[in-house]
Amino acid sequence: MITTTNLTKKYNSNPVLNIESLEIPKGQSFGLVGNNGAGKTTYFSLLLDLIQPTTGYIKNNDIQVNLSEDWKPFTSSFIDESFLIGYLTAEEYFYFIGELRGQNKADVDALVATFEDFFHGEILGQKKYLRDLSKGNQKKAGIVAALIGNPEVIILDEPFANLDPTTQIKLKQIVKDLAQEQGVTVLISSHDLMHVTDVCERIVVLEKGEVVKDIVTSQATLKELEAHFAGTEII
Amino acid sequence: MIKRFLDLEWKQFTRSASFGKSVALKIVMAFFALYFVAMFLIMGIAMYPLLKKVFPESDPLIMFNGFIFFWILGDLVIRFFFQKLPVMSVKPLLTLPIKRGKVVNFVLGKSALSFFNFLPLFAIIPFGVTLILKDYNVSVVIVWMLTIVLITLINNFLNFIIESLSAKTELSFLPIILFAGSLFALNHFQIINIAEVLSNGIQAISNNPLFLVVPILVLIGLYLYNFKILRAKLFLDSSLKSKTQEVNASNLEWTKKFGDIAPFMQLDLKLLWRNKRPKSSVWMLLMGLLYGLFFYPNPMYQDKEFLFAFVGIFVTGIFLINFGQFIPAWDSGYYKMLMSQNIKYKQYLKSKYTLMTLSVIILFVLSIPYVYFGWKILLAHFAAAVYNIGVNTYVILLGGSFNRKKIDLNQRAAFNFQGTGAVQWIIGFPLMLLPMGIFAIFNFAFNFEIGILVLILLGVTGIIFHQKIMKLITKRYLASKYKMIAAFDQDN
Repeated sequence: MITTTNLTKKYNSNPVLNIESLEIPKGQSFGLVGNNGAGKTTYFSLLLDLIQPTTGYIKNNDIQVNLSEDWKPFTSSFIDESFLIGYLTAEEYFYFIGELRGQNKADVDALVATFEDFFHGEILGQKKYLRDLSKGNQKKAGIVAALIGNPEVIILDEPFANLDPTTQIKLKQIVKDLAQEQGVTVLISSHDLMHVTDVCERIVVLEKGEVVKDIVTSQATLKELEAHFAGTEII
Repeated sequence: MIKRFLDLEWKQFTRSASFGKSVALKIVMAFFALYFVAMFLIMGIAMYPLLKKVFPESDPLIMFNGFIFFWILGDLVIRFFFQKLPVMSVKPLLTLPIKRGKVVNFVLGKSALSFFNFLPLFAIIPFGVTLILKDYNVSVVIVWMLTIVLITLINNFLNFIIESLSAKTELSFLPIILFAGSLFALNHFQIINIAEVLSNGIQAISNNPLFLVVPILVLIGLYLYNFKILRAKLFLDSSLKSKTQEVNASNLEWTKKFGDIAPFMQLDLKLLWRNKRPKSSVWMLLMGLLYGLFFYPNPMYQDKEFLFAFVGIFVTGIFLINFGQFIPAWDSGYYKMLMSQNIKYKQYLKSKYTLMTLSVIILFVLSIPYVYFGWKILLAHFAAAVYNIGVNTYVILLGGSFNRKKIDLNQRAAFNFQGTGAVQWIIGFPLMLLPMGIFAIFNFAFNFEIGILVLILLGVTGIIFHQKIMKLITKRYLASKYKMIAAFDQDN
């Protein structure tokens, strides 16, 4: 589904990302972990054509993202709060995104209704603008908005940060369902090793912009990752 | 500490993404400043002989004092619209070991160095020197000059109090108009002769320097009040506390008529209505509509036809200029999201174009009553409206692709009362002066009708080539897409 080839990104000849080749098949839940500055957000931004690659390219469903915009209809994302429109209510925001993705109000209502539980009664029908919601609730709204319109690829940057434990657990369930039952390719970045190992079938570790580990998740994965980040690698 | 603050501001200025544009604007501003300095200098030098000539039997100093009341009112109104309290991002400073008082004092102190406070000096000093040369008592003149400086500073701080109070109200410029208007009315209808009281007061101070205490006390009082207001704002909860607004939802179904741009139109209308800063550009419409009343009733302008075109552009285009120049910065807060969504730039831009065109048409219709002042005015307004639709909309959209300055709609920046200053008007000048120039040339070379025809033709040409021009503009936006994303990601 997503093919990365010879991708590099440099800022003033300072390399921040260098991925020779990375293939993410359709329907995989894919986790990206790494310390600050490892290049996670840079990779996602390149994937969304928000910044230009220095060399190489990413193909999303055989469409090269920096040449054509045709990947947009089946790709959705939530990177940070700047993806929200502060002066809309959550419902209005969902409808707006829905319209951009060719969904009418009824479609959006039907989808959003299935997340009632996830929202915990704090998002819908609040008569509040998004800018007045707490950070955690903003995040919930943004994540759900990214699910509107049956996307085939969903990109979530740090979805677990700022969420309360109850919501984190619910979110994990949602992500698992998406990948396993609906065949959606989900890309997640996180600092929380436990959550990613719970959710993702495959985990890639970035370090200074390079792929240093590419693991199919198993029982031993969490231990392996913890050892890696603690600097006490078991060989 | 003050050195550190200045250092911070310098870095903020030089390291911002819109640095180049800011420099260009600063240069334009500097020219305007020079112009005003020259005007005031001439005024200061010519004041004495002029007053002597017009009122030969009265004392020029006393005559001048009689005008001070009106000068204060005018100064206040002008300051309200053009002078803004220096903005400083204070949030990072709050947790550092810096006394809050120091931050406030710095901001207020900096405002005292504003150009507006120096401008009067250019008139006052030459006038004072002339007085001394004409054998006035030196100490009287010096005390008088000091008084004027104090009044200028009083105005400076009074303005910020008015601004901070009116920032809370819907019609932000209403309080100042009411305040200045009622003072003027009280004086004009001789209910209280403020002008004379003030004049006598200044006279008394000049003769007895002890009375200087009065303006100084007023100044200190105003400063302390400002200090109080600002210091109260220096807590996170006053700006972070959710001033949860009640949502006013309307369904805006009528926008559906515009087809695929409907979602953006709805978004833009909500943007205009729910955020203070764009909302002020809606209120500006009222001001703009009434602008013609400055000119048309005055017989002096009756035969100056080139002005009709200028006023027409202004009246029908005020929203276009006010709103348009911040495209796409209005959406800067969520620009990344828009760019990763399933939208075409063309639709996005077309929505903005439609909104501006609608505003021009509506404003033209509303300005039809000006026909009372002559059919030529109506015709000129019509031509100006066509020109606005066919030329100025594109120009402003194209200009937007060079826009690199983020607008924080959530207005959390402390001290940022209105957010727009003199800069905004300067960008508008070429949009208004160019058509006026074109019209003036053809009006002068041929006649009124030819001038009108040329404006209309230019506008119609633009409308005919709409698709082509929009394609060109879209290309410009696409080309600067990454730069815009990066710039809007910056916090100033």
